[in-house]
Amino acid sequence: MPLIETAPAPLLEKLPADSAVPVEGLDQPTWLVRRESLKEVAKMLAADASAGFDLLLDVCGVDYPGRAERFEVVYHLYSIGRHERLRLKVAVPEEDPVLPSLIDVWQAANWFEREVYDMFGLRFEGHPNLRRILTHEAFEGHPLRKDYDPARRWILTEDKIYRPEPRPDDEESGDDMFEPMTINIGPSHPAMHGTFRIVARLDGEVITASEVEIGYLHRCFEKMAETHTWQQVIPFTDRLNYCSSFINNVGYCRTVEKLLGVEAPPKAVWASTILSEFSRIMDHCVCNGATLVDAGALTNFWYFFQPREEIYGLLEACSGARLTVSYCRIGGLAADLPPDFEAHCRRLLEMIPPFMDDIEKLVDKNRIWLDRSVGVAAISGEQAVNWGWTGPCLRASGVANDVRRDHPYDLYDTVDWNVVVLPGGDVYDRYRIRMLEIRESLKIIRQLLDRGIPEGPYIVDDPHVALPPKDVAYNQMEAMIYHFKLIMDGIQVPAGEIYSMVEGANGELGFYAISDGSGKPYRLKVRPPCFPIMSTFSHLIQGGSVSDAVVSLGGLNIIAGELER
Amino acid sequence: MTEHPKETRPYRYSLAERLYLPLLSGLAVTLKHFLRNLLGRGPGYTIQYPEERRNYSHRFRGHHILTSRPDGSLRCVACFLCATACPAECIHIESGEHPDLNIEKYPVVYDIDMLRCVFCGYCVDACPEDAIIMSTNYDMAYFSRDQSIATKEELSKPYTYDTSRLGYRPHYPEEEAQRAAIREGVVDLIGEARRRQGSAAPAKAS
Repeated sequence: MPLIETAPAPLLEKLPADSAVPVEGLDQPTWLVRRESLKEVAKMLAADASAGFDLLLDVCGVDYPGRAERFEVVYHLYSIGRHERLRLKVAVPEEDPVLPSLIDVWQAANWFEREVYDMFGLRFEGHPNLRRILTHEAFEGHPLRKDYDPARRWILTEDKIYRPEPRPDDEESGDDMFEPMTINIGPSHPAMHGTFRIVARLDGEVITASEVEIGYLHRCFEKMAETHTWQQVIPFTDRLNYCSSFINNVGYCRTVEKLLGVEAPPKAVWASTILSEFSRIMDHCVCNGATLVDAGALTNFWYFFQPREEIYGLLEACSGARLTVSYCRIGGLAADLPPDFEAHCRRLLEMIPPFMDDIEKLVDKNRIWLDRSVGVAAISGEQAVNWGWTGPCLRASGVANDVRRDHPYDLYDTVDWNVVVLPGGDVYDRYRIRMLEIRESLKIIRQLLDRGIPEGPYIVDDPHVALPPKDVAYNQMEAMIYHFKLIMDGIQVPAGEIYSMVEGANGELGFYAISDGSGKPYRLKVRPPCFPIMSTFSHLIQGGSVSDAVVSLGGLNIIAGELER
Repeated sequence: MTEHPKETRPYRYSLAERLYLPLLSGLAVTLKHFLRNLLGRGPGYTIQYPEERRNYSHRFRGHHILTSRPDGSLRCVACFLCATACPAECIHIESGEHPDLNIEKYPVVYDIDMLRCVFCGYCVDACPEDAIIMSTNYDMAYFSRDQSIATKEELSKPYTYDTSRLGYRPHYPEEEAQRAAIREGVVDLIGEARRRQGSAAPAKAS
């Protein structure tokens, strides 16, 4: 697949002169947009029939202390219909760090802009709720600015805790007989998968307004990445979506490989595809299992977790760890596949379907589950796209969008499988789509196993990228020098930038990496699929009951490690 | 521009579903599992930890081990590669001069903060002396933060050498053959020279 896709040049002509200038030589079409005309450009791109950039994937701030205009805000856009990507870059000076909010063009901008404000201190004019999102209220400074000391710590005292009071616009004030009530769900609550806080305004049992607080698991992955070498970031990526950590490894390593111009050998690619699909199955098992537990259906949880347990066995046999596998390396895999890899996979292929059959018999047409899930937290495809949804949740709303099909990586274009789409957009269809995708994943794995393990090495034979085998390093001076150089200086990634994506278990997992050639990432932005999904949550649960909110949170598959990085 | 569905079409209940009938097939599933387990024919998934334990591979990344030379001294030469490679910055080394002139340095202090460690195995990959390896030991629980810092003595305790519990290390038993092949290709210079000689003069060899 060529890295540079067709540039939407005719679109430029529809804009006033010099509002946007295309940049040459990057991985995808990129426009430098003037701050004053950003909103106009965005509106045109979203509304114009031939542009159709309906999905705002990511908003990323970058700090360049040396430049006249110190900050740069990078928008990644995607057209679902035409599978095209576009990057907008807006320069913002330090003395006047304001730019227009794009929230009325794409709702997805809501939390992404808050994140840029939090991390860089750039203000978005017209944003209704521009507060810190990942760091806490007592935090001072903006952590992703280059002059911020990564070791700084801030203590949050009780008097500074933000106490939101969500209130619907139409609420009558005062002396009604039934007084509305504000309750906290979370942060430590069994129904909040991870630690989130939902402050909900209740009228009886119905949620009339709510506010979501996140950031309890924030560890500034992106700042950590900037202070470590490229290969040291791999164990950190495990902790993004920890239910399917292998997919994160693949996503990150493919990004860096593209920057380096290195390709993983066929064996590594083959194994990555299989293990990614197993990870996806695992992730779907966790999501569906937990959702059903929230609805009171406990038995399924065990039927879901046994396959997951066995898949962990496979990952452990490969990598040595069950949860945080770190099995990928830049340029291939960390170790060769275990000798019984194929047999192990085949055993799993046989054992998983009976469990899924049992679960489907238990809940698929079970009226109790149907009553809890059908029509709950429903969102139409159009709205979901506007909120920046991707992955199974979007496909459950009737929009066929899958990175594996539209921008194939690894071996996905060589196997026969289907993108499953359902029309309901509710909790039930989000559950169903995951069940169907588990079957599709099994199909992919079966086809790949039938081809047999490709011959050859498991990692590239390039001492600038991969550590030489220990035996070689011990016996050859040159290899030993490379060994030391690679560990002390890290992989020397040439200067450049790239946005690369894989289909994570809950949507498009993108990595936007900027290298300045120094051996460490200059900026590494993760496009976490559940971040825009979670930003919709208040909107989804409005008008439903508290118990609906609990089930809908489960169905969205929010993983705190990835949401808050 | 592609149109996305503006409406949602929720699932429609069939008559049987309205009458709760599919619940019966669900009950049949649980009953089947119940009877099978009752008669002892079930798969028995439960592991009675800690009496029973899951079998882990020889790649398991557990508690670290500092290996030693035949004379009992640590193999570590305090080169700091492990501490450099560590993404969690959990290894603390202080080096001293070794009495043996051939060895140069040895670690006076070698601490690993087990609470910081992410068990990625990068230290094992980085070590040029096979001096740090990992075990399959994952029982790490501490009453205080001080206890979580594993010192040189704890990391090199003799019981950690139980060969059946060795984990992530440069040579997996299952890969020995493969690595032997690599070794042969790279280091067997004498053999290589002989082979060359042999091919040059086949008559003499026979």
